[in-house]
Amino acid sequence: MNLDHHVRKWGPVAGLIMSFMAAIGMIRSFDERMMINPVLSLGYIALLLSPAVFGYMAARGEVSLLEEPDRNVGEGAVKGAMVGAIAGVVTVAFMLVTNPFDLSGFFPNINDGMVDVMTFHQGLGLGSLILIAISTAVGALGGALHGVGDMARAGIFRALGWVMLFALFELVVTDVIDVRPIVRFIYAAGDGLQFWSALIIGGLAWFLGVRYAGKRAELSDAAKASEAGSRLRYSLIGVGLLLLIVLPMLVGGIVNELLINVALYILMGLGLNIVVGLAGLLDLGYVAFFAVGAYGMAVLTSPLSPTLAPLLNWWVALPIVMVFAAIAGVLVGTPVLRMRGDYLAIVTLGFGEIVRILLLSDWLTPYFGGAQGITRIPGITSGPVTISGTSPELFIYMTMIFVAIAAYVSYRAQNSRIGRAWAAMREDEDVAEAVGISTVQAKLLAFVTGAIIASFAGALFSAKVGTVFTNSFDVLVSIIILVVVIVGGMGSIRGVALGALMLIGILGGPKSQGLLTEFAEFKLLIYGAILVYMMLKRPEGLLPSVRRSRELHGAEAEQDAWLKGDLIDEDAEEAIT
Amino acid sequence: MSTELAPEVAKTRRFKFNWVDSFLWFVRVAAIIAITVGIVGSFQNFAAGEGPSAVAWRDLIISSISTGSMYGLIALGYSMVYGVLGFINFAHGEVFMSGTMVGLISATLLFNNGFWESNPIISIIVVLLVAMITSTLVAIVIERVAYRPLRGAPRLIPLITSIGVSFFVQYTFAGLFGVAIRQYPPSPPRLAADLTIFGTTFPISGTRSLVIGVALVSMIGLWYFVTKTKTGSAMRAVAEDKEIAGLMGIDVDKTIVTTFAVGGAMAGVAGLMWALLFRGVDFLTGFLPGIKAFTAAVLGGIGNLPGAMLGGVVLGLFEGVGPLLVLGGLGIPGVSQLKDAVAFAALVLVLIFRPTGLLGERLGSEDRV
Repeated sequence: MNLDHHVRKWGPVAGLIMSFMAAIGMIRSFDERMMINPVLSLGYIALLLSPAVFGYMAARGEVSLLEEPDRNVGEGAVKGAMVGAIAGVVTVAFMLVTNPFDLSGFFPNINDGMVDVMTFHQGLGLGSLILIAISTAVGALGGALHGVGDMARAGIFRALGWVMLFALFELVVTDVIDVRPIVRFIYAAGDGLQFWSALIIGGLAWFLGVRYAGKRAELSDAAKASEAGSRLRYSLIGVGLLLLIVLPMLVGGIVNELLINVALYILMGLGLNIVVGLAGLLDLGYVAFFAVGAYGMAVLTSPLSPTLAPLLNWWVALPIVMVFAAIAGVLVGTPVLRMRGDYLAIVTLGFGEIVRILLLSDWLTPYFGGAQGITRIPGITSGPVTISGTSPELFIYMTMIFVAIAAYVSYRAQNSRIGRAWAAMREDEDVAEAVGISTVQAKLLAFVTGAIIASFAGALFSAKVGTVFTNSFDVLVSIIILVVVIVGGMGSIRGVALGALMLIGILGGPKSQGLLTEFAEFKLLIYGAILVYMMLKRPEGLLPSVRRSRELHGAEAEQDAWLKGDLIDEDAEEAIT
Repeated sequence: MSTELAPEVAKTRRFKFNWVDSFLWFVRVAAIIAITVGIVGSFQNFAAGEGPSAVAWRDLIISSISTGSMYGLIALGYSMVYGVLGFINFAHGEVFMSGTMVGLISATLLFNNGFWESNPIISIIVVLLVAMITSTLVAIVIERVAYRPLRGAPRLIPLITSIGVSFFVQYTFAGLFGVAIRQYPPSPPRLAADLTIFGTTFPISGTRSLVIGVALVSMIGLWYFVTKTKTGSAMRAVAEDKEIAGLMGIDVDKTIVTTFAVGGAMAGVAGLMWALLFRGVDFLTGFLPGIKAFTAAVLGGIGNLPGAMLGGVVLGLFEGVGPLLVLGGLGIPGVSQLKDAVAFAALVLVLIFRPTGLLGERLGSEDRV
């Protein structure tokens, strides 16, 4: 049989991914979460995603800039079906090979329970055939999807997307709607969407999408056009702000708790964005500044601070904490001034760990409480009102204020003299130096600004939680903040907000749960996969800053131009490579 | 500050320059004073009969050297990849961990058969091979999937990718093997005893001497491979200049894969050493040794292979002996908790004192930028 080479490539890949997901226990643990009540669990979605995606990719074949892609439903379906079939066979082979042995001593997740879920509870014999059949069918659907017209495909994606959103965000939707009969109509009592409501949501999304497709294009064109557009844009921003202010009142405590976490990560993300995104200094020890803020606030305000306990008000302590953070920024920043990017990354990581180890050590226990941490940190007292973690509805506004400050500072800095100096330094340090930019000053300023913003987050965090322990300041936190910045888009304020919302809000932070508690066990695996995927496919992030994506894709733009026949002179080409 | 007058700008800039320099000098001097005071304090304690005995010091030094030679072997992988591709392969610690984890399966099976006790040397060789093969495969897969598409990307991109890879591999192993710490079987009694050659008993356990011996043999083998074989010259050529090496008929991609494979194999050897020295492994085992091995690579001069090994041993001594010798002498309590902090501080100090490392830096011209 002469298989298309894309089929030969993607079929086994899909099968390996399916087997891998099964072997790490993902399928089985996700199976416990129902999405569409009687028929579809998150586990099966995860399992069947691979044949669908790789079926689509096989149908797509080579991506070419010059030719219109060849769209053919039948051919795509056949290719997709082959991918699905190969994937199914590979997965079944994996189960047949592992099942006879008792591997649970080494691989706790490869067991009969895994096989049971994978074979749809039908036993290895019949179930394998079912698995192959379903995988083939889903692959065929994925492949066929490539063949249908653009409008129809967009409609299908939109319908599927909305159904998934409604199914995943059950908690939020029920929180906001909060009308018993409607909720009961949509959801099967905390166990996924009702079958019919899923169909209705999908249908509505499709219909509205088709109905208003032209209208939306008009709107976005208008937004780009000058006069009326800018008014429209401002009104959109206004609506967004209003939503932000109203939302915390609508949703309950759990969601607010989550929003506070998201806001704290946006805050830290904005700070790190200045260091990494604007100044181009890869700082892997950013959590150290967060720790300075949190511990500084704890020592200054808590009555249980071991040695020094001035019992200050939060607002009085804040400037002192900022000064600490600035000093820490200079102390970390100065030794690394002359280091190259990757050395800097490791050294800052080392600094971050040193801070955590010192805080935990017997040596500094008399000052910072060691493993016991510092407890009973009071909330933020302003006049008669005390805001602390017990009132998340108020605390979220407190956090938002600081996010707004950080966003404003980033925005102003970006478009100012120092912002341009950072951009120049990021692109070429020697040239920046040569044109008269003081790189020492610029780097230290980036570190100090970043440190102060992180110390805000730390100060808020300690007031919210009421206790500080060293394990909140793991190196993991630094890396998660970095992922937030990178996924959102380095150098982009909106990007950081989006990244934090998606990652921290949905998946959950290193120490906090997100909306999807089902993912908790595999959260960090997913973080890693997202990071690698983004770096390979979209290094500029989801909402990139224009400048940054130009830096990263300069060569590609060049290539596109060349392919289209716009030849450029050699000097320009030289300049880019 | 007026900016339109050029001489003034120059003056302020020179002033800033000096300010940073003087801060660094201050750090250097402070570090030297602290270290000297600490060491003197330790010697005084020792003379007064306080603190650890001479035997305890000797054992500490021996164990530090054996741990350090493990770091050295991991550092080789960092150094080679850095030499050839010019980025820090953050996931190399995970390559090391994967070897240790999979080696555990073979070790446990052998132990359950009783073969581990009856034929310790053969068993260890089997485990060594399993660990080396696993680590090599993991390194090759990582290179193929994550790093090859990034040739020529801005230099921070592969570094960030490698952080993602590192997470992915860690939590893959957490998913596969579970999150509990697992124990290797104890060293066979013949190895756990002190080393005896021709009736003379040396004050070093068989396990530790085996670790140091294996490290030396691997190092010599690697040195021979890199300097005397054709593949080795290809590697050095690629490290020097990828483009020209390609023009000379060297298959650059293949050479890079070889580099990862050899680095991975060395990490596998180190994985066995970890098993012999510490026994406990879990999915996070790779993180700290990984960072420390990178420190070792920098300490020895990154891109320099004997340097990596030397750096490993020196770092092992720093973190093993340093806390007790320097911090203990300064009267700081609970020094053993500060072991990791000392290792990281060593990295910072090395980069301040001698950024090129102990044995200097050998890098391709394109990487020097």
